[in-house]
Amino acid sequence: MSDIKRKPLRMLGLGVAFAALMTASPLHAADDKLVVVTSFPSDLTDVFKTAFMKENPSIAVEVVNKSTSSGVKYLIETAQNNQSDIFWASAPDAFEVLKGEGLLGSYSKEVEGIPADLNGYPINDPDGQYLGFALSGYGFMWNTRYMEAYNLPAPKEWDDLEDAVYHGHVGISSPSRSGTTHLTVETILQGEGWDEGWETLKAISGNAKTITERSFGVPDGVNSGSFGVGIVIDFFGFSSKASGFPVEFHYPSVTALVPANIGVVANAPNEGPAQKFIDFLLSEKGQALLFDPKIMRLPVNKSAYADAPEGLPNPFDGSIQTKVQFDSDMSEQRYNVVNALFDVIITYRLDDLRNATAAVHAAETALAGSGSGNAEAAKLIEEARALINALPVNAEEALDPDFNAIFTVRRKDADTKVEGRQAEVEQQWDAMVVENYRKATELAEQAKSLL
Amino acid sequence: MTTAALRRPALNMSVGPYLAAGLVVLFLGAFLVVPVLKVIQVAFQDPATGGFTLVNFQDFFASTLFRQSFYNSVYVAGMSVVIASAIALPLAYFTTRFNFSGSVIIQTLAFVPLIMPPFIGAVAMQLLFGANGSVNLILRDYFGITIPFMKGLNGVIFVQSLHYFPFILINLSASLRNIDRSMEEAAQMLGSSGVRMFRRIVFPLAMPGYIAGASLVFVKVFDDLGTPLLLNVNTMLAPQAYLRISSVGISDPMGYVISCILIVFSIFAMWVSFLGMRGKDYSTTQKGGGGLSRRDLTRREAVLCYIVVLMILALVLAPHLGLLLLSFGTVWSFGVLPDGFTVEHYETALTSAWGFIQNTLLYAGLAGLIDIIIGTAIAYLVLRTNIIGRKWLDYMAVSALAVPGVVLGIGYLRVFYGVEMPVTGQPLATWWGIIVIALAVRRLPYALRSCTAALQQISPALEEAAENLGASKLRTVRRVVVPLMVSGLVAGFVTSFATAAVELSATIMLVASEKDAPLAYGLYLFMQSAAGRGPGAALGIMAVIIVGLATYLSHRLVENARHNQATTANQGGGH
Repeated sequence: MSDIKRKPLRMLGLGVAFAALMTASPLHAADDKLVVVTSFPSDLTDVFKTAFMKENPSIAVEVVNKSTSSGVKYLIETAQNNQSDIFWASAPDAFEVLKGEGLLGSYSKEVEGIPADLNGYPINDPDGQYLGFALSGYGFMWNTRYMEAYNLPAPKEWDDLEDAVYHGHVGISSPSRSGTTHLTVETILQGEGWDEGWETLKAISGNAKTITERSFGVPDGVNSGSFGVGIVIDFFGFSSKASGFPVEFHYPSVTALVPANIGVVANAPNEGPAQKFIDFLLSEKGQALLFDPKIMRLPVNKSAYADAPEGLPNPFDGSIQTKVQFDSDMSEQRYNVVNALFDVIITYRLDDLRNATAAVHAAETALAGSGSGNAEAAKLIEEARALINALPVNAEEALDPDFNAIFTVRRKDADTKVEGRQAEVEQQWDAMVVENYRKATELAEQAKSLL
Repeated sequence: MTTAALRRPALNMSVGPYLAAGLVVLFLGAFLVVPVLKVIQVAFQDPATGGFTLVNFQDFFASTLFRQSFYNSVYVAGMSVVIASAIALPLAYFTTRFNFSGSVIIQTLAFVPLIMPPFIGAVAMQLLFGANGSVNLILRDYFGITIPFMKGLNGVIFVQSLHYFPFILINLSASLRNIDRSMEEAAQMLGSSGVRMFRRIVFPLAMPGYIAGASLVFVKVFDDLGTPLLLNVNTMLAPQAYLRISSVGISDPMGYVISCILIVFSIFAMWVSFLGMRGKDYSTTQKGGGGLSRRDLTRREAVLCYIVVLMILALVLAPHLGLLLLSFGTVWSFGVLPDGFTVEHYETALTSAWGFIQNTLLYAGLAGLIDIIIGTAIAYLVLRTNIIGRKWLDYMAVSALAVPGVVLGIGYLRVFYGVEMPVTGQPLATWWGIIVIALAVRRLPYALRSCTAALQQISPALEEAAENLGASKLRTVRRVVVPLMVSGLVAGFVTSFATAAVELSATIMLVASEKDAPLAYGLYLFMQSAAGRGPGAALGIMAVIIVGLATYLSHRLVENARHNQATTANQGGGH
């Protein structure tokens, strides 16, 4: 009897053993191996892997896909016994982190057709530890069906998104979650100045439907129609459109073109193949692969643009206006403060910010509709706006290395003084903005009741 | 190590339990406690000096945001248990109480919500229930209203209840099947029937299963970050921890402080559920009867039951319907349905899927087996021995629920990357076996709850009888305890297996080469680009079908075993 009763478990065990047997690991025929750690989707990596292996049949390329932050953590944790050869990702700041940890080797060949800089932003790391292979600009993409259904105009500039009509229709990621969003935020801050930049960011975020947890959440939301307009890096817009989604992309005039990067990992076990892969990526042939409809990125090699598909702008002939000369030193100096500040005053308090913004919009509409105007109401609205815009940190403080050190556990050098802890500072910021948003809502409602 | 854990009772009776406990502690110590401590020690470090401090915890309680997050998490977890119970109770009752055609299929289908593939499941949910999803587009067109299903804390409760109610269903059903029929017959003879009998006799007897399921739902929802992230709700504890741990460049100790708080609170919640069960004896001696008597339904009752069951199933399976549409749809954007249909996505997905599917079956299957072996060992030690500190084995295992996958992943890299494999010289952390262990550790609490519930319903008298008749401890466990626990064990295996099959957060840290990658990782690859959405959904559907089939087969096995049991029992067989 008990034999019968035990049977299910035994069969379960057999089933698993059977599954184990079916999994046989294939042997590699190639002599050399190349391990690439990347955050890029297989749509991109497969194209390059196939083309590269066709030219170098003796090298077996193995792609290990990780999100940018897991990739960085993976390389840091595995450095003691490194098995990876190349790190390949968008965000320059991820490479800066690796460089700071001494985890990048060097590649210092000059490739014809690739200029040293674009509008002042160096395409390659000045120390030769990582290189740009494609350019990316920031702008917005929107879902045309959504815009039609809600009767929204297509936005042209950042300021347009501050308009009351976009309330609840915008999607953006957080700079601490997404390296590309960090660059967008920094571009706005550098283009408009610290205070005005944050005003723009808060006004746009006040219209946000959501702050997504990863970069791809924004194009995904626009593609699905969860929200109408998303602030994204250009290729998300181009590749979504190329995949058939009813979306459009536009560069505002305050934008910057920043390179997506590749670098050899320090102590790479397969250094030779790694160098070859980068050679291939930067060659005219490799660069032209970026025009694949699923990839749609802008090459750094000027010569590649001869074959560019229609509709893809050429940054080297001035078809993208970049009013901002991106200062990467400044970006790096205040990197952590910007990230932490954005999360505390926007991401975590989005509901409060959104309510305050809606209340101000409503009061302004009422004021505009009242015809004669009302000085007292106008003053209240102005006060409410000032409360929303008030910042707990000024431009100088944000660049202060001592202040920035609060946000990193590892000190850059021993002299850096640390006063206070991140949680403590954040609690002060949080208390201030929550109170300000509450008061702003109250004042705006008061103004509206006067009209 | 795990096989050794199984062999344990072969040794002398007084040494055996200690040896078993030792092996379990060794396993949990090496693969849970040490890696996690390696990571969350930051919580106890002074950011400036690196020395030991509790100031970070002080900061936690001083922060309005964190206090609010804590409150929100408790509220959402509590409400989710209530709603999940409302969904699970009727399903469990109908399928175990009545001769209901297709009970097995209902049990299987109702289980499918647990298998929600990462990322793509979120997209499907938004497309159906989001502010501009199918349901709301229809509502807006015809009635001019919208319902914010997916907004704020209520949205989280809605999605979590749909997602996790199977925990209650599975454990409650297993318990109901184990109830001694004579109890029910006694109640009937004394004049009780219908709802009153269910409320006063049947449900209380099934309490271990219900508590096991409900406490699991509570702790899981409390610690879950997938759903809040999908709905972009940040003001809860788990997402706060995750957001702070996984940002590039920032090393905020608060992420680890929150992890500690999650672990402590989860253990506290489990302790409370133990308190609720203390001093009550749920075991019954007769097991051969095959659970509750089932009765046939009248025509009207049957129709009514079907309506209720179908309505519930339609609701809980809606996300998977969305996923199915997404996998066959060409472009689905701001519309009630996709623009057109195609099978192309399946072709794309299949080019890479086979290897992923093999790996997933292997990893999740092994993880499930490890889990029920360790789960049985722990349950036995806790309930049948009086080793000092035995409860802590249970708490230790349960704390795995509260450890964010990314913390476990980083911990494994930190501890096992320097260790080289014996033959190949490859770092241990890059061996596929480590993914299996990570999955087993993360899913152990599920299996453990089921094993514990199953053992609670077995009277120790049966074991004493076996031992009095001269059976050794090992023989008793093998020939009496395990066979009697079988439906609980299968429930535990299935939960571990199915949820491990779609796990991503720890896996993504540990996958070192694509040929060792499981299905969830393949899904992640697709879900990084606009063109990958369709193939991603196709891969997701494949995952659901495969795991669903495995579940169905397990249920069939249990049903068959029960049937055989009942037949032999009727023939007067058995010892």
